[in-house]
Amino acid sequence: MKVLSIDTSNNVLGIGLLDGNMVLGEYISNIKKNHSVRVMPAIQTLMEECNVKPDELSKIVVAEGPGSYTGVRIGVTIAKTMAWTLKIPLSGVSSLQVAAASAGRYFNGFLAPFFDARRGQIYTGLYKFENKRLEVLKDDRLVMSADWGKTLNNLDSNILFMSNDLALHEEVLKQELGSKAIFAEITELNPRPAELGLLGRDKEAVDLHTFVPNYIRLAEAETNWLKAQQNNK
Amino acid sequence: MTKDQLIMGIETSCDETAVAIIKNGREILANIVASQIESHKRFGGVVPEIASRHHVEQITLVLEEALSQAKVDMKELDAIAVTAGPGLVGALLIGVNAAKALAFANNIPLIGVHHIAGHIYANRLVAEMKFPLLALVVSGGHTELVYMKEHGYFEVIGETRDDAAGEAYDKVARTLNLPYPGGPHIDRLAHEGKATIKLPRAWLEEGSYDFSFSGLKSAVINVVHNAQQRGGEIVPEELAASFQESVIDVLVTKTQKAVKEYGVKQVLLAGGVAANKGLRAKLSAVFADSDVELVIPPLSLCTDNAAMIAAAGSVMYEKGQRAGLTLNGDPGLEITIHNQNRG
Ligand SMILES: [Zn+2]
Repeated sequence: MKVLSIDTSNNVLGIGLLDGNMVLGEYISNIKKNHSVRVMPAIQTLMEECNVKPDELSKIVVAEGPGSYTGVRIGVTIAKTMAWTLKIPLSGVSSLQVAAASAGRYFNGFLAPFFDARRGQIYTGLYKFENKRLEVLKDDRLVMSADWGKTLNNLDSNILFMSNDLALHEEVLKQELGSKAIFAEITELNPRPAELGLLGRDKEAVDLHTFVPNYIRLAEAETNWLKAQQNNK
Repeated sequence: MTKDQLIMGIETSCDETAVAIIKNGREILANIVASQIESHKRFGGVVPEIASRHHVEQITLVLEEALSQAKVDMKELDAIAVTAGPGLVGALLIGVNAAKALAFANNIPLIGVHHIAGHIYANRLVAEMKFPLLALVVSGGHTELVYMKEHGYFEVIGETRDDAAGEAYDKVARTLNLPYPGGPHIDRLAHEGKATIKLPRAWLEEGSYDFSFSGLKSAVINVVHNAQQRGGEIVPEELAASFQESVIDVLVTKTQKAVKEYGVKQVLLAGGVAANKGLRAKLSAVFADSDVELVIPPLSLCTDNAAMIAAAGSVMYEKGQRAGLTLNGDPGLEITIHNQNRG
């Protein structure tokens, strides 16, 4: 059972290869460079290094967002197309879930991964490991980080935050949560493609053709259009 | 007997998700186009983010339909040709990355095609090309005269300095409160009216094959504006006819001049505005009694489609041109640079 995992939803480019219960290899970079140019060569290099041919793959797992619209689309397009042409199943996993699992597998408390979404907003969700299973406590959403801090203040144990955008929101979260807020070390902030593969390995396959990224947000033009429709009523 | 050449084309540069399969460069086995026009209508134009989202929704469905209609297996393909630019960058990326994934997974050569080269090669699905030739490319984003001395050689001898002809059509249509996309409505109205309003023609400097339509567009807006101020009536049919006559007059006259200067054997009409009945009629009339052969593709091959991309890709494949897995979508891709880089 060879699983290829692809995460291009944010600046981190992650490609992973699992073989049964083994991680064959991972490629991770955290640089602001063009995913469109780099993803396929990264997949090719990793697969060649690990001596895995495309038709030996038995599943593809992709990080489905939230994140950069363009970034998520590149990963999802490649994953859909490869799964379709190789006639193998595809699963999508929340990009936030991957971040949570990558830093919080042995943390005894709540996991709050996030990605900056500009103007004080973050994409985030709330997770917790229970018996080695990652449970979703609050669905992925777009929220002001200050409001998110207030929401989490009701929780009774520590909250681990993991994000490559920590610096942008750390102060606000500390202000709301005080010592309950724990911030992960930089070495654990890049979502790991092997975690993505593992989270998606046994997950139910999606309907390939209709599968799309989870953008969380409507396109701006749609939001404006809906507003205009309401005003006209 | 040599084996048939099978090329898949993929085109996602704007608001159509298209996949085609052609045989031996000229025979269409499948040409599937999923249009998003209904989705963009409410915004009065193509919204790039929404176009990109639709491409992701459609891409594998369109791929599957093309293969099943062509009764071709992926493994039989000789190459995958994909539009690399110009176009909307987010939209281009979907086709490019799907093509790269297919090429890698099936170990099939990949070819990056210039969108306008595709429009020109749509003609090869109708008639064999005879060189040297001249292509008049008219679409929403382009107005160009392209000289070709042989396959794969593109020399842009004239291009628009401001608006593309199709853009001018859309803007004039908006001034007349016609629904989006406005081009076909102007064309229809123009046939119902007479060109009674005097509008300018931008000939530019002597010997130039460049175009300019922004002055004409402003003149039309002024005519409408002045009429409104005087409380007068504008007859849309007359305005449409006058506008269309001005556009076509410039396009056809410059084409005729270039045909003489370059001594070409063939004139190809290409691009979405090639669907325009007025333009087709005028060109046909002008070249009816000449030695120059005029080729005008059917409407379905004038608007964006992937058969044209496969047709251009077929010739590039023969020439040994290949793209690597680092191929990217380039919104400003130049046809001549494209030619040099891959030549
Ligand atoms: Zn076009």
